[in-house]
Amino acid sequence: MWIFLVTEVLFFGGMFLTYTINRHEYFTAFGIGSNTLDIRLGTINTGVLILSSLTMAMAVWSAQVGKKQLVTGFLIATLALGTVFLGIKVVEYKQKFDHHLVPGRSFDVWYRVDHPAAADDPKDIATEREELHKATLTDPDIQSHAQLYFSLYFAMTGLHALHMIVGAGLLLWLIKESLRGRFTPQYNTPVENIGLYWHFVDIVWIYLFPLLYLIDRHR
Amino acid sequence: MSEHSEHIVSPGIYVGIFLALIGGTALTVWAAFQNFGPFNIVFALGIATMKATLVVLYFMHARYSPKRTQLVIVCAIFWLAIMLALTLSDYQTRQPRQTRLFPPAVLYRT
Repeated sequence: MWIFLVTEVLFFGGMFLTYTINRHEYFTAFGIGSNTLDIRLGTINTGVLILSSLTMAMAVWSAQVGKKQLVTGFLIATLALGTVFLGIKVVEYKQKFDHHLVPGRSFDVWYRVDHPAAADDPKDIATEREELHKATLTDPDIQSHAQLYFSLYFAMTGLHALHMIVGAGLLLWLIKESLRGRFTPQYNTPVENIGLYWHFVDIVWIYLFPLLYLIDRHR
Repeated sequence: MSEHSEHIVSPGIYVGIFLALIGGTALTVWAAFQNFGPFNIVFALGIATMKATLVVLYFMHARYSPKRTQLVIVCAIFWLAIMLALTLSDYQTRQPRQTRLFPPAVLYRT
Protein backbone atom coordinates (compact mmCIF):
# COMPACT_ATOMS: atom_id res chain seq x y z
CA MET A 1 0.00 0.00 0.00
CA TRP A 2 2.79 2.40 0.84
CA ILE A 3 4.44 1.80 -2.54
CA PHE A 4 1.13 2.69 -4.24
CA LEU A 5 0.93 5.84 -2.13
CA VAL A 6 4.44 6.82 -3.33
CA THR A 7 3.15 6.78 -6.91
CA GLU A 8 0.18 8.87 -5.77
CA VAL A 9 2.50 11.40 -4.11
CA LEU A 10 4.28 11.92 -7.42
CA PHE A 11 0.96 11.96 -9.32
CA PHE A 12 -0.45 14.78 -7.19
CA GLY A 13 3.06 16.27 -6.96
CA GLY A 14 2.95 17.00 -10.69
CA MET A 15 -0.25 19.00 -10.25
CA PHE A 16 1.17 20.94 -7.32
CA LEU A 17 4.23 21.68 -9.45
CA THR A 18 2.08 23.01 -12.31
CA TYR A 19 0.19 25.09 -9.79
CA THR A 20 3.40 26.53 -8.26
CA ILE A 21 4.87 27.56 -11.62
CA ASN A 22 1.67 29.25 -12.78
CA ARG A 23 1.02 30.86 -9.42
CA HIS A 24 4.48 32.39 -9.67
CA GLU A 25 3.91 33.55 -13.24
CA TYR A 26 0.35 34.89 -12.87
CA PHE A 27 0.47 35.98 -9.24
CA THR A 28 -2.29 38.61 -9.47
CA ALA A 29 -4.78 36.48 -11.41
CA PHE A 30 -4.35 33.57 -8.98
CA GLY A 31 -4.98 35.88 -6.02
CA ILE A 32 -8.20 37.14 -7.65
CA GLY A 33 -9.30 33.58 -8.39
CA SER A 34 -8.53 32.37 -4.89
CA ASN A 35 -10.52 35.15 -3.25
CA THR A 36 -13.69 34.09 -5.09
CA LEU A 37 -13.69 30.75 -3.26
CA ASP A 38 -16.00 30.35 -0.27
CA ILE A 39 -13.63 30.24 2.69
CA ARG A 40 -16.42 29.26 5.11
CA LEU A 41 -17.36 26.14 3.13
CA GLY A 42 -13.68 25.34 2.57
CA THR A 43 -12.87 25.49 6.28
CA ILE A 44 -15.92 23.39 7.21
CA ASN A 45 -14.89 20.83 4.61
CA THR A 46 -11.36 20.68 6.01
CA GLY A 47 -12.83 19.98 9.44
CA VAL A 48 -15.18 17.32 8.04
CA LEU A 49 -12.31 15.54 6.29
CA ILE A 50 -10.06 15.62 9.37
CA LEU A 51 -12.93 14.22 11.44
CA SER A 52 -13.40 11.43 8.87
CA SER A 53 -9.69 10.62 9.22
CA LEU A 54 -10.21 10.33 12.98
CA THR A 55 -13.16 7.93 12.55
CA MET A 56 -11.11 5.92 10.03
CA ALA A 57 -8.21 5.67 12.51
CA MET A 58 -10.71 4.61 15.19
CA ALA A 59 -12.07 1.90 12.85
CA VAL A 60 -8.52 0.53 12.51
CA TRP A 61 -8.13 0.60 16.29
CA SER A 62 -11.50 -1.17 16.81
CA ALA A 63 -10.42 -3.92 14.42
CA GLN A 64 -7.07 -4.31 16.18
CA VAL A 65 -8.69 -4.78 19.58
CA GLY A 66 -11.48 -6.95 18.15
CA LYS A 67 -14.56 -4.74 18.73
CA LYS A 68 -16.48 -5.86 15.66
CA GLN A 69 -19.55 -3.63 16.05
CA LEU A 70 -17.39 -0.55 16.59
CA VAL A 71 -15.51 -1.30 13.34
CA THR A 72 -18.77 -1.17 11.38
CA GLY A 73 -19.93 1.95 13.22
CA PHE A 74 -16.73 3.87 12.60
CA LEU A 75 -16.58 2.79 8.95
CA ILE A 76 -20.15 4.02 8.40
CA ALA A 77 -19.25 7.32 10.13
CA THR A 78 -16.23 7.70 7.84
CA LEU A 79 -18.35 7.04 4.75
CA ALA A 80 -20.99 9.51 5.94
CA LEU A 81 -18.40 12.25 6.55
CA GLY A 82 -16.78 11.57 3.17
CA THR A 83 -20.19 11.98 1.54
CA VAL A 84 -20.77 15.26 3.42
CA PHE A 85 -17.42 16.50 2.07
CA LEU A 86 -18.41 15.64 -1.51
CA GLY A 87 -21.83 17.24 -1.01
CA ILE A 88 -20.28 20.53 0.13
CA LYS A 89 -17.91 20.33 -2.84
CA VAL A 90 -20.92 20.05 -5.18
CA VAL A 91 -22.41 23.21 -3.62
CA GLU A 92 -19.09 25.01 -4.21
CA TYR A 93 -18.89 23.82 -7.83
CA LYS A 94 -22.47 25.02 -8.41
CA GLN A 95 -21.51 28.50 -7.16
CA LYS A 96 -18.66 28.59 -9.69
CA PHE A 97 -21.08 27.72 -12.51
CA ASP A 98 -23.51 30.40 -11.31
CA HIS A 99 -20.74 33.03 -11.22
CA HIS A 100 -19.43 32.14 -14.71
CA LEU A 101 -16.11 31.05 -13.24
CA VAL A 102 -15.86 27.72 -15.06
CA PRO A 103 -13.18 27.90 -17.79
CA GLY A 104 -14.73 28.05 -21.24
CA ARG A 105 -16.61 30.44 -23.50
CA SER A 106 -18.84 31.98 -20.84
CA PHE A 107 -15.98 32.54 -18.38
CA ASP A 108 -16.03 36.09 -17.03
CA VAL A 109 -14.22 37.28 -13.89
CA TRP A 110 -16.39 40.40 -13.95
CA TYR A 111 -19.68 38.49 -13.97
CA ARG A 112 -20.16 38.46 -10.20
CA VAL A 113 -19.56 42.18 -9.71
CA ASP A 114 -21.69 43.02 -12.74
CA HIS A 115 -24.60 40.77 -11.71
CA PRO A 116 -24.61 40.76 -7.89
CA ALA A 117 -27.19 38.54 -6.22
CA ALA A 118 -29.71 40.05 -3.81
CA ALA A 119 -27.94 38.39 -0.88
CA ASP A 120 -24.56 39.95 -1.70
CA ASP A 121 -23.29 42.78 0.47
CA PRO A 122 -22.91 45.84 -1.85
CA LYS A 123 -19.76 46.79 0.09
CA ASP A 124 -18.10 43.44 -0.73
CA ILE A 125 -19.05 43.83 -4.37
CA ALA A 126 -17.52 47.33 -4.41
CA THR A 127 -14.29 46.03 -2.85
CA GLU A 128 -14.14 43.20 -5.37
CA ARG A 129 -14.74 45.59 -8.27
CA GLU A 130 -11.91 47.80 -7.08
CA GLU A 131 -9.59 44.81 -6.72
CA LEU A 132 -10.43 43.63 -10.22
CA HIS A 133 -9.67 47.10 -11.63
CA LYS A 134 -6.30 47.14 -9.86
CA ALA A 135 -5.55 43.61 -11.01
CA THR A 136 -6.33 44.52 -14.63
CA LEU A 137 -3.72 47.28 -14.44
CA THR A 138 -0.96 44.83 -13.42
CA ASP A 139 -2.18 41.99 -15.62
CA PRO A 140 -4.14 43.16 -18.71
CA ASP A 141 -4.95 39.58 -19.73
CA ILE A 142 -6.49 38.67 -16.40
CA GLN A 143 -9.46 36.91 -18.04
CA SER A 144 -7.32 34.14 -19.52
CA HIS A 145 -4.95 33.94 -16.54
CA ALA A 146 -7.85 33.64 -14.09
CA GLN A 147 -9.16 30.82 -16.30
CA LEU A 148 -5.84 29.11 -15.76
CA TYR A 149 -6.38 29.35 -12.01
CA PHE A 150 -9.86 27.86 -12.30
CA SER A 151 -8.64 25.11 -14.65
CA LEU A 152 -6.16 24.12 -11.97
CA TYR A 153 -8.78 24.53 -9.25
CA PHE A 154 -11.16 22.14 -11.00
CA ALA A 155 -8.40 19.72 -12.01
CA MET A 156 -6.92 19.50 -8.53
CA THR A 157 -10.13 19.44 -6.48
CA GLY A 158 -11.71 17.19 -9.13
CA LEU A 159 -8.88 14.67 -8.93
CA HIS A 160 -9.09 14.85 -5.15
CA ALA A 161 -12.87 14.31 -5.28
CA LEU A 162 -12.35 11.35 -7.63
CA HIS A 163 -10.05 9.82 -5.02
CA MET A 164 -12.74 10.43 -2.40
CA ILE A 165 -15.32 8.64 -4.57
CA VAL A 166 -12.98 5.67 -5.01
CA GLY A 167 -12.40 5.75 -1.24
CA ALA A 168 -16.16 5.75 -0.64
CA GLY A 169 -16.48 2.67 -2.87
CA LEU A 170 -13.74 0.90 -0.92
CA LEU A 171 -15.46 1.87 2.34
CA LEU A 172 -18.73 0.33 1.12
CA TRP A 173 -16.90 -2.94 0.55
CA LEU A 174 -15.23 -2.69 3.99
CA ILE A 175 -18.63 -2.09 5.62
CA LYS A 176 -20.08 -5.13 3.83
CA GLU A 177 -17.20 -7.31 5.02
CA SER A 178 -17.27 -5.94 8.55
CA LEU A 179 -21.02 -6.64 8.79
CA ARG A 180 -20.07 -10.27 8.16
CA GLY A 181 -17.62 -9.98 11.07
CA ARG A 182 -14.54 -10.51 8.89
CA PHE A 183 -12.19 -8.13 10.67
CA THR A 184 -10.46 -9.43 13.77
CA PRO A 185 -7.23 -8.65 15.63
CA GLN A 186 -5.61 -11.39 13.48
CA TYR A 187 -7.00 -10.22 10.13
CA ASN A 188 -7.48 -6.49 9.60
CA THR A 189 -5.06 -5.61 6.79
CA PRO A 190 -7.84 -4.33 4.44
CA VAL A 191 -9.06 -1.85 7.08
CA GLU A 192 -5.48 -0.78 7.76
CA ASN A 193 -4.60 -0.32 4.06
CA ILE A 194 -7.77 1.49 3.02
CA GLY A 195 -7.21 3.61 6.12
CA LEU A 196 -3.76 4.54 4.79
CA TYR A 197 -5.33 5.51 1.47
CA TRP A 198 -8.01 7.60 3.20
CA HIS A 199 -5.42 9.46 5.30
CA PHE A 200 -3.35 10.10 2.18
CA VAL A 201 -6.36 11.73 0.48
CA ASP A 202 -6.76 13.81 3.65
CA ILE A 203 -3.13 14.96 3.39
CA VAL A 204 -3.66 16.06 -0.22
CA TRP A 205 -6.55 18.25 0.98
CA ILE A 206 -4.42 19.63 3.84
CA TYR A 207 -2.15 21.11 1.12
CA LEU A 208 -4.93 22.00 -1.35
CA PHE A 209 -6.85 24.04 1.20
CA PRO A 210 -4.22 26.75 1.93
CA LEU A 211 -2.93 26.78 -1.68
CA LEU A 212 -6.34 27.22 -3.29
CA TYR A 213 -8.40 29.07 -0.67
CA LEU A 214 -6.00 31.05 1.47
CA ILE A 215 -3.28 32.53 -0.74
CA ASP A 216 -4.53 36.13 -0.97
CA ARG A 217 -6.95 36.78 1.88
CA HIS A 218 -5.09 39.60 3.60
CA ARG A 219 -6.68 42.60 1.92
CA MET B 1 1.85 -3.66 4.94
CA SER B 2 0.66 -4.27 8.44
CA GLU B 3 2.38 -6.97 10.41
CA HIS B 4 0.64 -8.51 13.29
CA SER B 5 3.18 -7.82 15.94
CA GLU B 6 2.04 -4.24 15.31
CA HIS B 7 1.87 -1.46 17.82
CA ILE B 8 -1.71 -0.47 18.64
CA VAL B 9 -2.14 3.31 18.87
CA SER B 10 -4.61 4.23 21.61
CA PRO B 11 -7.81 6.24 20.94
CA GLY B 12 -6.52 8.97 23.27
CA ILE B 13 -3.61 9.69 20.93
CA TYR B 14 -5.95 9.72 17.90
CA VAL B 15 -8.27 12.24 19.54
CA GLY B 16 -5.27 14.36 20.59
CA ILE B 17 -3.94 14.39 17.02
CA PHE B 18 -7.43 15.24 15.73
CA LEU B 19 -7.62 18.25 18.06
CA ALA B 20 -4.13 19.35 16.97
CA LEU B 21 -5.20 19.12 13.31
CA ILE B 22 -8.34 21.20 13.96
CA GLY B 23 -6.18 23.72 15.85
CA GLY B 24 -3.77 23.83 12.90
CA THR B 25 -6.66 24.48 10.50
CA ALA B 26 -7.91 27.37 12.66
CA LEU B 27 -4.36 28.75 12.88
CA THR B 28 -3.81 28.62 9.13
CA VAL B 29 -7.15 30.38 8.43
CA TRP B 30 -6.25 33.06 10.97
CA ALA B 31 -2.74 33.45 9.50
CA ALA B 32 -4.20 33.82 6.00
CA PHE B 33 -5.93 37.07 7.03
CA GLN B 34 -2.72 38.58 8.44
CA ASN B 35 -0.12 40.04 6.15
CA PHE B 36 3.34 38.64 6.81
CA GLY B 37 4.62 39.77 3.42
CA PRO B 38 6.81 37.11 1.81
CA PHE B 39 6.26 34.82 4.80
CA ASN B 40 2.54 34.27 4.04
CA ILE B 41 3.27 31.22 1.92
CA VAL B 42 5.92 30.01 4.39
CA PHE B 43 3.36 30.04 7.23
CA ALA B 44 0.64 28.43 5.10
CA LEU B 45 2.83 25.58 3.84
CA GLY B 46 4.64 25.25 7.18
CA ILE B 47 1.36 24.65 9.04
CA ALA B 48 0.16 22.29 6.27
CA THR B 49 3.41 20.31 6.52
CA MET B 50 3.11 20.06 10.30
CA LYS B 51 -0.46 18.77 9.91
CA ALA B 52 0.59 16.28 7.23
CA THR B 53 3.46 15.07 9.44
CA LEU B 54 1.06 14.43 12.32
CA VAL B 55 -1.27 12.45 10.01
CA VAL B 56 1.61 10.35 8.63
CA LEU B 57 3.24 9.69 12.00
CA TYR B 58 0.12 8.85 14.03
CA PHE B 59 -2.98 8.22 11.85
CA MET B 60 -0.85 6.26 9.39
CA HIS B 61 1.27 4.77 12.19
CA ALA B 62 4.55 5.62 10.46
CA ARG B 63 6.14 6.25 13.82
CA TYR B 64 5.54 2.63 14.83
CA SER B 65 6.11 1.08 11.39
CA PRO B 66 9.02 -1.18 10.48
CA LYS B 67 12.17 0.53 9.19
CA ARG B 68 11.39 -0.72 5.68
CA THR B 69 8.07 1.16 5.56
CA GLN B 70 9.72 4.31 6.92
CA LEU B 71 12.34 4.05 4.17
CA VAL B 72 9.57 3.98 1.53
CA ILE B 73 8.01 7.14 3.02
CA VAL B 74 11.34 8.98 3.07
CA CYS B 75 11.93 7.92 -0.56
CA ALA B 76 8.54 9.35 -1.57
CA ILE B 77 9.37 12.71 -0.02
CA PHE B 78 12.85 12.63 -1.54
CA TRP B 79 11.59 11.94 -5.08
CA LEU B 80 8.96 14.64 -4.73
CA ALA B 81 11.72 17.03 -3.61
CA ILE B 82 13.86 16.13 -6.64
CA MET B 83 10.93 16.75 -9.00
CA LEU B 84 10.03 20.10 -7.42
CA ALA B 85 13.60 21.36 -6.98
CA LEU B 86 14.88 20.51 -10.46
CA THR B 87 11.80 21.74 -12.33
CA LEU B 88 11.56 24.98 -10.37
CA SER B 89 15.28 25.73 -10.74
CA ASP B 90 14.84 25.18 -14.48
CA TYR B 91 11.97 27.69 -14.60
CA GLN B 92 13.84 30.18 -12.43
CA THR B 93 16.83 30.27 -14.76
CA ARG B 94 14.91 30.73 -18.02
CA GLN B 95 14.48 33.85 -20.14
CA PRO B 96 12.97 36.95 -18.51
CA ARG B 97 9.34 36.20 -17.89
CA GLN B 98 8.10 39.48 -19.37
CA THR B 99 8.33 37.95 -22.81
CA ARG B 100 5.68 35.46 -21.84
CA LEU B 101 3.37 37.78 -19.89
CA PHE B 102 3.33 40.34 -22.73
CA PRO B 103 4.00 38.59 -26.05
CA PRO B 104 5.19 40.90 -28.87
CA ALA B 105 2.18 42.52 -30.54
CA VAL B 106 3.32 41.29 -33.96
CA LEU B 107 2.43 37.73 -32.90
CA TYR B 108 -1.20 38.76 -32.60
CA ARG B 109 -1.27 40.48 -35.99
CA THR B 110 -0.09 37.57 -38.09
